[in-house]
Amino acid sequence: MARYILRRLLQMIPLVLGITFLTFAIINLVPGSPVTNLSFSNPRLRPQDIANINHNLGLDKPWPERYVIWLWHLLHGNLGFSYINGTPVLDRILTVLPNTLLLTGTALLFAFIFSIPLGIYSATRRNTLFDHLVTIGSTAAYAIPTFWLGLMMILLFAVKFHQWGLPALPVGGTHNLRGQSGLLDWIKHLIMPAIALGIVSLAGWTRYIRGSMLEVIRQDFIRTAEAKGLREKSILYGHAFRNALLPLVTLIGLTLPDLFGGAVIIEQIFAWNGLGRLQVDAANASDYTLVMGIVLMFAVLTLLSNLFADVMYAVLDPRIRYD
Amino acid sequence: MAQGSEFVTADADALSNESAAARRRVLERTQLRSTPGFYHRAARKFMRNKVSVVGLVLTLIIIVLVLGAGLISKYLIHQNYATTNFAEQYLPPFTQGHILGTDLNGRDELARLLYGGRVSLMVAGVAALATLVVGSIVGSTAGYFGGFIDTVLMRTVDVMLSIPAFSLLILIATLYSPGPVGLGLVIAFLGWPGVSRLIRGEVLGLRSRDFIDAARVVGASNARIIVRHIMPSVIPIIVVWISLAIPGLILTEAALSFLGFGVHIPTPSWGNMLSDAQQSYTQSWWNIFIPGMTIYITVLAINLVGNGLRDALDPRLSE
Repeated sequence: MARYILRRLLQMIPLVLGITFLTFAIINLVPGSPVTNLSFSNPRLRPQDIANINHNLGLDKPWPERYVIWLWHLLHGNLGFSYINGTPVLDRILTVLPNTLLLTGTALLFAFIFSIPLGIYSATRRNTLFDHLVTIGSTAAYAIPTFWLGLMMILLFAVKFHQWGLPALPVGGTHNLRGQSGLLDWIKHLIMPAIALGIVSLAGWTRYIRGSMLEVIRQDFIRTAEAKGLREKSILYGHAFRNALLPLVTLIGLTLPDLFGGAVIIEQIFAWNGLGRLQVDAANASDYTLVMGIVLMFAVLTLLSNLFADVMYAVLDPRIRYD
Repeated sequence: MAQGSEFVTADADALSNESAAARRRVLERTQLRSTPGFYHRAARKFMRNKVSVVGLVLTLIIIVLVLGAGLISKYLIHQNYATTNFAEQYLPPFTQGHILGTDLNGRDELARLLYGGRVSLMVAGVAALATLVVGSIVGSTAGYFGGFIDTVLMRTVDVMLSIPAFSLLILIATLYSPGPVGLGLVIAFLGWPGVSRLIRGEVLGLRSRDFIDAARVVGASNARIIVRHIMPSVIPIIVVWISLAIPGLILTEAALSFLGFGVHIPTPSWGNMLSDAQQSYTQSWWNIFIPGMTIYITVLAINLVGNGLRDALDPRLSE
């Protein structure tokens, strides 16, 4: 298993190289250099000045050579400097990364915790009112656009509650920047974004668990367990769910990249100071060094989540051997 | 035993000496007893599923409304989607001839909704079509020929699946500012690996079937086998995939436009209508509610149709 993980980590390297090369190519194949925008903001810029800037930033070299230089610096832990304010890219990314991980992790946890009992109970109580409610609810919730849900939640819980005099949830940022901010304050800021981000996953996983459990319950070993006289809870969670869990883990691993993509939008709506918002700002400001750093970070996160899903699969199913 | 074989040979002679008229009679008799074909049965099963029929009706209504955006806005509601009128900002629905109210610039919401639907559906349609074309070519080639070609193509698919798609989408949209069609093509460029895996699996299963061997024995070329024999069996899977993928593509385009990267203002798109409405939380909440609700209903309707199609077409999933 350790050898498998090591091999996968080694395989990640050419993948990350390929992705960063593709991104670098896309950035640099645009006609005009990243510096052309400068001449719009300062009309007194002489062509000689532009040439000097290009030379200082190393932009007069051909872009494949610049890619290799970027890689060389990357190996030394230097991701370059942001075009906007000159701060090191690595610092900017590492400052906001924990916020994104917090948001995505909470959304994931929320979806995981609620989808399991919902899926299992609706599978065991098939065709009852509960089951119908869960099925209809999850089909309806699966189609909700996350950004619309975020906006509606803000509308209701922040704006309207405030207008009606009810206690309103705060919007904007990860915590209260003025005054004191404790754990409760962070939680109050976190609730809406996490729920908005997690609901679609919740709906999808509930449907999946329900279908998976329905299949597993029909199998012979469940009947054996019932004949042995085990309690229903023990059968459900100990035997049936363990088997239904396997494809779910793969599904979770595959939806993690989508969750990161969804986080970009949610962070924009709720002004959450995270990696997604940084990326949107960087793309808008044409800050290409920062964009390269962020794409690198997202690529690494995506690959790590795929690896995590595969490892979990092997951990949960003793029949699977990876060497 | 000898008598039995005589009977068989006699019948074989009879069949081979049969005239065309007699052959036609035999065919007619079998057709009288013929059962409905696969697509007939699937269509009937789909129609029996009330939820899917509702979804289908909703989808058709939306498509008709969106396609007729020009006619409707000119003759039915007499509003133009582009004329701004700052005296009529933020009107609530059903005031002064604006059925769904106005936005921050005084433009009629309903007209913008209809025209925006055109853009959103066009991007989703182009993306779905392009994804399908590339994905089926790659998937069927990999599945049919196997071996080295399969390995190379699937490795490429794996690499492309680990690209952070949304990040790259944002980047490309910012740098190259593609129009709706270009945007659809870019989304397809990042999304085709998903379909190709699906089709490859299906083709792998079909490749070893007898009728393929029979076609090869008769002398059909590889291309002919793929196009005429394998593809028809893959069509149900493709249909289900399209109906379940288009909602996702609509949402992707809306999300991109919402962030400001997709369709740019003033061209309306459901996404950037939502983004404009962010400025008016307190004044006109319907500007947030209505475009989002439209996206939601469209996506839900197509999802319901897709669920129904999957139940009707994919025999492995029927319980």
